[in-house]
Amino acid sequence: MKIERNLEEHSLYLNMGPQHPSTHGVLRVILKLDGEYIEEAEPVLGYIHRMHEKMGENRTYAQYLPNMGRVDYLSALSYNQCYVGAVERLTGIAPPPRAEYIRVITTELNRLSSHLLWFGAYVLDLGGFTPFLYSFDDREHILDLLESITGSRLTYCYFRFGGVSKDITDDFITGTRAFIKRLRMHLPMYETLVTKNVIFINRVKEVGIITPEAARRYGVTGPALRGSGIKYDVRKNEPYSIYPEVDFDIPVQDGCDALSRYIVRMLEMEQSMRIIEQALDKLPEGPVMAPKVPKKVKPPKGDCYFAVETARGDFGIYIVSDGTETAYRIKLRTPGFSNLSIFAEISRGTLLQDAISTMGSLDLVIPEIDR
Amino acid sequence: MSYFGEIYTGAVSLIAGLGVTGKALFQPTVTVQYPWETIDITPTFRGHIELVTDEETGNFKCICCGLCQLNCPSHCISIKSSKPEGAKKKALDSYMLNFTTCSLCGTCVEGCPADAIKFSDDYNLAGFSREEFYFDLVKRAREEK
Ligand code: SF4
Ligand code: SF4
Repeated sequence: MKIERNLEEHSLYLNMGPQHPSTHGVLRVILKLDGEYIEEAEPVLGYIHRMHEKMGENRTYAQYLPNMGRVDYLSALSYNQCYVGAVERLTGIAPPPRAEYIRVITTELNRLSSHLLWFGAYVLDLGGFTPFLYSFDDREHILDLLESITGSRLTYCYFRFGGVSKDITDDFITGTRAFIKRLRMHLPMYETLVTKNVIFINRVKEVGIITPEAARRYGVTGPALRGSGIKYDVRKNEPYSIYPEVDFDIPVQDGCDALSRYIVRMLEMEQSMRIIEQALDKLPEGPVMAPKVPKKVKPPKGDCYFAVETARGDFGIYIVSDGTETAYRIKLRTPGFSNLSIFAEISRGTLLQDAISTMGSLDLVIPEIDR
Repeated sequence: MSYFGEIYTGAVSLIAGLGVTGKALFQPTVTVQYPWETIDITPTFRGHIELVTDEETGNFKCICCGLCQLNCPSHCISIKSSKPEGAKKKALDSYMLNFTTCSLCGTCVEGCPADAIKFSDDYNLAGFSREEFYFDLVKRAREEK
């Protein structure tokens, strides 16, 4: 007798999430499995949708500022920077140079803290607990530094239209320099502990291949794109703020796998430190707020787009103004959404265990995807 | 790489890793035992807002203009004020802060024309019901006195 194998019957459906620890948030991925192999993966979004775009249509420009700290809570300052940048472009307010430097210093610190958290959490996903504690120890110093000037530890709301809310102190400057020294000393330790570890390498090498062609098709940005050999960084390709004045490199790896994305982020940390050091050296004196910022920001009729490079990639804001105190439309282009979309394609035919390391290497922050 | 070669490099990388963690064993502790030990919070910490009293007169600095109520993105402030008999200025009857929806953004503090509100350094907040976080700041300030 011939036994016909019904594939449908043999497939196993597995929900990864919404409470899976390695999705780092409420993301659900429906996996259709054939044994240990993934036949299809379908991300299901919307569990933490908070209507950030709609809120922008109901609040005045200044009232929308706190929202920016909450779209992507791990690189809140980049989002702050993007929003104030967009409104400043629309209204023609020019922040003083000192404010621009402070913005870049704090944003790069925020990028470091985001990468450190990602580093710890990624290795934790793959089963290594200790590096997580070390990276959190380092990250804690950044949080303390940023808390001392912004007043919050995670969901910063520090930039204002035309400047920043508070000047930085000498303590902050010495603290930042000391921290950079410390992190420079610790990065080789991370390398010995993780980057050179054979178990780690075996789990990330040649896993989650994103071809440059696929990356372009899906609009992947950030370290995930640079891990596929494409040199694209908003800070260089569409420079804003004081980035043209500082000297830094864009690390690129062409392995296209999770290991390349990992290495890109580790190298980026060094570049961020270089940017901070140069900005601290060049920090001009002067006010931190533009002299004439109207109490009620009312941009003229029109629209504008402003993009920044966050820790996860290209984040852009499109604002349409109808000349009133409230935006007519605010559109947020978040990097995580595009970076996650590619997951369905790259995980097809791979092993279930690799899904974790692929997903982790994309550095997803779910609130930013759902927003 | 040969089978034994792999075992060798694997063992070396593991021992190198163990060396790092071993060193950490002899380094000073960085954590504190929270309820028993606490660390100082920075002066810039943003706790829930509280009313500022005028040192000289002992009254609240608030001039009851209502700007904070208007500016708050989360609509969590509602103030009631009245003009007492014979007085020239309005005085606060109640200043309700719904702390459950406050995002500690600071819009109210920055927008206040009389510098009448500031952030407190109160971070030990826990409660059993939502109502415990509807603060009447007038009452709280009086109780503290
Ligand atoms: S801190 Fe922000 S959310 Fe809280 S009461 Fe003030 S304006 Fe409202
Ligand atoms: S803005 Fe200041 S002065 Fe005006 S009502 Fe609020 S606390 Fe009082």
